Amino acid sequence: MSAVKTARRAQAAPHTAARLAWRGWSVLWSPRAVLASAAVVLVALGFALVQLGVGDYPMSPGEVLATLTGNRGEAQEFVIFDLRLPRLLTAGLVGLALGASGAIFQSVTRNPLGSPEIMGFTMGASAGAVAMVLVFGGQEGSGMAGALIGGFATAATVYGLANRRGIQGFRLILVGVAATALLDSLISYLLLRARLQDAESAYTWLVGSLNGADWQQVQIIGLTVIVMIVPVLAIGNQMRLLEMGDDLAQGLGVRVKPTRLRLLLIGTVLCAGAVATAGPIAFVALAAPQIMRRLTGGSVSIVPAALMGALILIVSDLAAQRVWPDSQMPVGIPTLCIGGTYLAWLLYQQSRASRL
Amino acid sequence: MSTRTLPAPVVARAGHRRLTLGLGVAAVILLLLMAASLSLGAENVPFADVWQSLTAGGTDADVIVRGVRLPRTILAVLVGAALATAGALMQALSRNPLAEPGLLGVNAGAALGVVIAMAHLGVASLTGYVWFALIGAGIATVAVYTLGSAGTAGASPARLALAGAAITAALTGVISAIVLLSSTVFNGFRAWSVGTLSGRTAPVVIQVAPFIVVGIVLTLFLVSSLNALALGEDAAKGLGANVGRTRLLGVVATTLLCGAATAAAGPISFVGLVVPHMVRTFTGPDHRWLLPYCLLAGPILMVAADLAGRLIARPGELPTALVTAIVGAPVFVYLIRRRRMAGL
Amino acid sequence: MKIENPPAADALPGNRLRAHNLSLRYGERVVAENLSIDIPDGSLTMIVGPNACGKSTLLRALARLLPPERGSVVLDGEDIAKYPSKEVARRLGLLPQTSIAPDGITVADLVARGRFPHQKFLRQWSADDDVAVTNALERTNTGDLATRYVDELSGGQRQRVWLAMALAQETPLLLLDEPTTYLDITHQVEVLDLCAELQESGERTIVVVLHELNLAARYATHLIAMRDGSVVAGGSPKEIVTPELIEKVYQLPCSIIDDPETGTPLVIPAARNRTGARCT
Repeated sequence: MSAVKTARRAQAAPHTAARLAWRGWSVLWSPRAVLASAAVVLVALGFALVQLGVGDYPMSPGEVLATLTGNRGEAQEFVIFDLRLPRLLTAGLVGLALGASGAIFQSVTRNPLGSPEIMGFTMGASAGAVAMVLVFGGQEGSGMAGALIGGFATAATVYGLANRRGIQGFRLILVGVAATALLDSLISYLLLRARLQDAESAYTWLVGSLNGADWQQVQIIGLTVIVMIVPVLAIGNQMRLLEMGDDLAQGLGVRVKPTRLRLLLIGTVLCAGAVATAGPIAFVALAAPQIMRRLTGGSVSIVPAALMGALILIVSDLAAQRVWPDSQMPVGIPTLCIGGTYLAWLLYQQSRASRL
Repeated sequence: MSTRTLPAPVVARAGHRRLTLGLGVAAVILLLLMAASLSLGAENVPFADVWQSLTAGGTDADVIVRGVRLPRTILAVLVGAALATAGALMQALSRNPLAEPGLLGVNAGAALGVVIAMAHLGVASLTGYVWFALIGAGIATVAVYTLGSAGTAGASPARLALAGAAITAALTGVISAIVLLSSTVFNGFRAWSVGTLSGRTAPVVIQVAPFIVVGIVLTLFLVSSLNALALGEDAAKGLGANVGRTRLLGVVATTLLCGAATAAAGPISFVGLVVPHMVRTFTGPDHRWLLPYCLLAGPILMVAADLAGRLIARPGELPTALVTAIVGAPVFVYLIRRRRMAGL
Repeated sequence: MKIENPPAADALPGNRLRAHNLSLRYGERVVAENLSIDIPDGSLTMIVGPNACGKSTLLRALARLLPPERGSVVLDGEDIAKYPSKEVARRLGLLPQTSIAPDGITVADLVARGRFPHQKFLRQWSADDDVAVTNALERTNTGDLATRYVDELSGGQRQRVWLAMALAQETPLLLLDEPTTYLDITHQVEVLDLCAELQESGERTIVVVLHELNLAARYATHLIAMRDGSVVAGGSPKEIVTPELIEKVYQLPCSIIDDPETGTPLVIPAARNRTGARCT
């Protein structure tokens, strides 16, 4: 083999990735992923600008920018800072959390259908919230409390049941599916038993809504995201190695069991923040990593997936507000339509390019 | 898959007897449950009267037994058989233990059909929805299959699953939008989506029965190909199975089975997922045994769940889907924990 | 002619990787009892034995993937269980029998993942990492594949890429579990040539679990034969490979000749119609 030593005196390995270095810092990132991520950020910012400008009090992008930098009157400031900006930020941050959470779960389960939903968190949260709304008549905050209690209780149960000499992605999925199916039936039943009006408002929450999002929501989800940034970045590499099998990862120095538990915990907390803020918005966690993987041509990774999640939610929220301007349509609906259609389109495109 | 080169008894005798016996036991259990289902409920009818009513008629019990409980029991059998068979079929085709009828978008398609019928065409009766649910289920499945199998690579399990998830998501979005725009539609939808056999009468049974029967027959034709396919696509081709045709027919059968079952009873997702897994722990992965067992175990679960739903909350009812889930989930989790899930 | 490996510590001082009185089990099943071995520094050690003799299990224990029930694996004079995971991974690399390539990963990215134990939170990719990856690709002759997707490769190419990943880890000790499975004879020889080359250059100590007895005898500087969870013999192939040993380990009547190429022992199984004949 040595006879065929390549003549290339390579300075850098022939990567599909490039090194970014600054003093003690260095990271390896694929240019294509960086490019795609940057494009996603730009598009998201563009939509954000539009979203800040539209509504009952329309403003031009220039006006929006001027207001943001503090050069406009009180009316504009009220509209932007009190009404539209918190909603926009909530959408973006919820999207970030869901996208990242989805990437983590898909990696841990090595399954493109993996998502925080398999831990049962989302369904547990839904059941908890619906029960609270129907029992306590939808008092302020009771839904959120019910969601968090139900979510964490379910996630802990699923984890406990799936844990048998360590967690195995496969068993986790199966237990999660069982829990999800059970809770789903329960929710349908609760909805049927409730008064029509209560059931409708519970259903709206179930679809996931940003209506009435204010700075309090921004705080909840913002705090979740900020607290999770360092753990997420620190665990990314271990996550990639776990994808290649437990033995190999361990051979490379990853402590398999604690790492996997930590990943599940991070993913669940991110998801919990999103659910507490906006309800169980479906599908973002599933679609964002898959869409991004297909755009960047690599494997599932957290940061790009998070950015794509944010973009999906911002676009969806804009659609929710513009397509049905007077109906308080929950953001979960366009999310499903846009995410589903886009994923379908990507699958179709790739079938033509014949690469999965 | 053939045992032609070996004298068959050498290969199979020991297992055969146990499995045949099990099949007989299952059939007896099902018959007993059906009898109970005819007899018990908000008002109990003695077995003698049930028999009288079924064979001769003209008794006071006719309205309850022949008019209400007979069609409902038959429907439970049909739906249970359809869902369990479809689940086993989907799991074999996609080689994915998560596969269940919902995966191909069947439930979402059927639901959309129902919602459109209610919201835009003013259909309000159960027998009216059924057609729309069937059509919706069919269109959704065809869309998922086309999307999942387009291109040179053919329908890979992962692609099918993703395509199913994508289409289901998009349809669910549309359903939610329609439902939230009108309280009347929401009210009808929540009653349908709970998944129950309550109030299903003879016309509904007659509507969906042909689809389910055809679906089951079609599935039974595929049995040996499914066994081959379980070994992987290449191995299946090597054994002479026609992979593409098996997949296509399998999808057609799934659509007929789940579309009809969902149309009649609403979404009952747990049966299709769990019954094949439960059965597999007893029969092993051979579809020649797996499918007949599913044909009995599905109805057993369904009839029992329907009966329990009627008895637990008397004089009210728990929806069948809730009961199947409450019964199925713990059993499923127990099986997962007790041993390695038998592979596909 | 059972050659017990002498008690490790006194006989071969300074060997970096040793196992003392290991008892290994999977759940209820006992795989090995009181197993002691010593991996001579700078050797190319091959472990052979019939199926299910515990050789892969031993390798897993050496790489601290399987915690022993009793006894210990000693790395550089310390119980391996006491090291932090990354520290072990900088000294000892492992290529398991089966590994999963994530969907849509390129060869270069896969090989780069072998650098994990050398990375820190802030310094995620250094010039050293680049050099290591480039070297690993060159040595395994996979440089041309660098930008290809792993799932597009042939079995032989894939195996070499995994090997490149293990090399990129740049550990002085390298454990390979049947690295030649699925490879044709040319690629088998290539992989083993590479192992020999790495060992001869004095860079590494290499331990290989191998099925192919004759290739093991040809390449090993130190051969360990196992049966039923215990070491039957250990030493240079020329000294230990005898018809008696092979009969004992594999229960295979055979004769041994010199390999015409290398002079190493070559095992010739007895022909079917002469199974009654004793080994010559």
